Formats: sequence, structure tokens, C-alpha cells
Amino acid sequence: MNESNAVAKTGQAGSSPSVPQSALTPAVDIVENDVGITLLADMPGVSRERLVVKVDGDNLTIEGSAEVKVPEKLELLHSEIRNPYFRRTFTLSRELDPSRIEASLKDGVLRMHIPKAEEARPRRIEVNVG
Amino acid sequence: MNGSFGLAGDFFPELARLQQHLDEIFQTTPTSIRALARGAFPAVNVGSSPETIEVLAFAPGVDPKALQITVDKGLLVIAGERKHEAPAQGENQSVYAKERFSGAFRRVVSLPDDADPMKVGARFQDGVLHITVAKRESSKPRQITVN
Repeated sequence: MNESNAVAKTGQAGSSPSVPQSALTPAVDIVENDVGITLLADMPGVSRERLVVKVDGDNLTIEGSAEVKVPEKLELLHSEIRNPYFRRTFTLSRELDPSRIEASLKDGVLRMHIPKAEEARPRRIEVNVG
Repeated sequence: MNGSFGLAGDFFPELARLQQHLDEIFQTTPTSIRALARGAFPAVNVGSSPETIEVLAFAPGVDPKALQITVDKGLLVIAGERKHEAPAQGENQSVYAKERFSGAFRRVVSLPDDADPMKVGARFQDGVLHITVAKRESSKPRQITVN
């Protein structure tokens, strides 16, 4: 839990430093079930310190820049990822509870769970026969 | 329940994603004939320093122990598999997006002639595989002094 808090910074608008113009859109998997939404995002090369997850109003933004140590005087021969800066924004709906988002990062994959507010979970209504 | 998680919440990121695909298609830097795969997993960058050839493979979520790296006849082969992770367990699941690659992959990088296949090192951190191939001694730049 403490680990996840280190990754999730909620409610800090505009906390990101210099934002480059172009950003790569990380590939995501998003699955919803009765208790909430789980999101997996590919952010290779992004360390815990460089990852920012923030909620601003209805918007959930994930962003981070990849950093890989390479020797100086490196001449690029072939590149499929030029500017390794990832950013993507999602819109959260009312029944989701942004204050209880859990996030963890492992091997460049961000995993987030966004729970639904208790009252929004589907429940079965018993019908009394009488 | 519909649209409870708006993927299209922002129009511009979607445009950016399209632009990204177009950039991949109309890439202007010359590439090797073996490196024409578009949107392949993992994405690979290759660079050259005076001492080494550096290969970066962006392979998030791959078990580094399951990676197979081989060098044969000047070709560096990175093979492995990324298993599909079930994001959550439970009933009444609805999938909104499944963009992440899953399955077996194999990428081949042709190394420059001066690469030394006997001196290859690899490490894996934060989902990036970083392979360093040393250059042959004879090909390193050196300065010739005039007597």
C-alpha cells in the first residue's frame, strides 16, 4: 500500500515539470468488473520516480519519461521510439472513487485499480413474497 | 455502466496516437532491410558509440529470465513471450481496451560489420532490455601521430 502511494499522486494539478510537445500514447488494457476498473499501461523505461499519476477533476492522467543510460557520443542508427515520453489522459465517471486509486509499477508496466464507490456497485434486491 | 471510463475523453491524445502511427509508416531515417516491421513488439532502438553498439528493446512486462538473446552471423536475435495478464478476476467483466501486445515475439537486428559477437552484455531494467555489443579493436577510432 505504501508502495502504491509513492506512485500515485492524486489531486496535484500541474505538478509535471517541463512537458515536451509530443508524447507517446502508451498502450493500455482496461477491464471493468463489479468492484472497479483495472488499467494496465506499457511504460517501458519509466522508473517509479519519473512516473506521475494524477487526478484533476474528472481527468486521470498518467505520464512519465523513460530514461536509459547510454554512452556519450551515441549515434542513432535505427530508432522506433524517438522521444520516450509517455502521456495519456482518461475521463473518470462519477461512480468511480478517485481517492482510492491503487497504482503499482513493475518492469515498465503500470497497473492501476480504480474502485467504484460503494453505492455504485450493482446489488441484488430481494423480493419479498407476501 | 456505459462509457463509465471514457477512452475518448480527450480527442487530442487520440490524434496524437494517429500521428504516431503515421510517423511510423512514413519514417524518414534509412533503416535496415531487416528492420521494416512496423509497430512490432518490442520496439527497438540501435545506436553506435565509438566503443560499442547499443541496442535497446522496449519490452515492458516481459520476464527477463524467459528472454532468449542470440548472436549468429552478424544477426542479433531477441526472442521471448509476453503472456496475457488477466487484469482482474471476477464476474461481469467488460473489456474496454486491449491494446497491449501479448504472445511470442522475435526481433532480429543486423549488427554492423565491426561488432564483436564474443563481447555481448545484456541487462534488463524497468522493462527495457539494454544490449551492449563491443566493437572489434581494429575498428575503433584511433589517432595516428606523425613523427
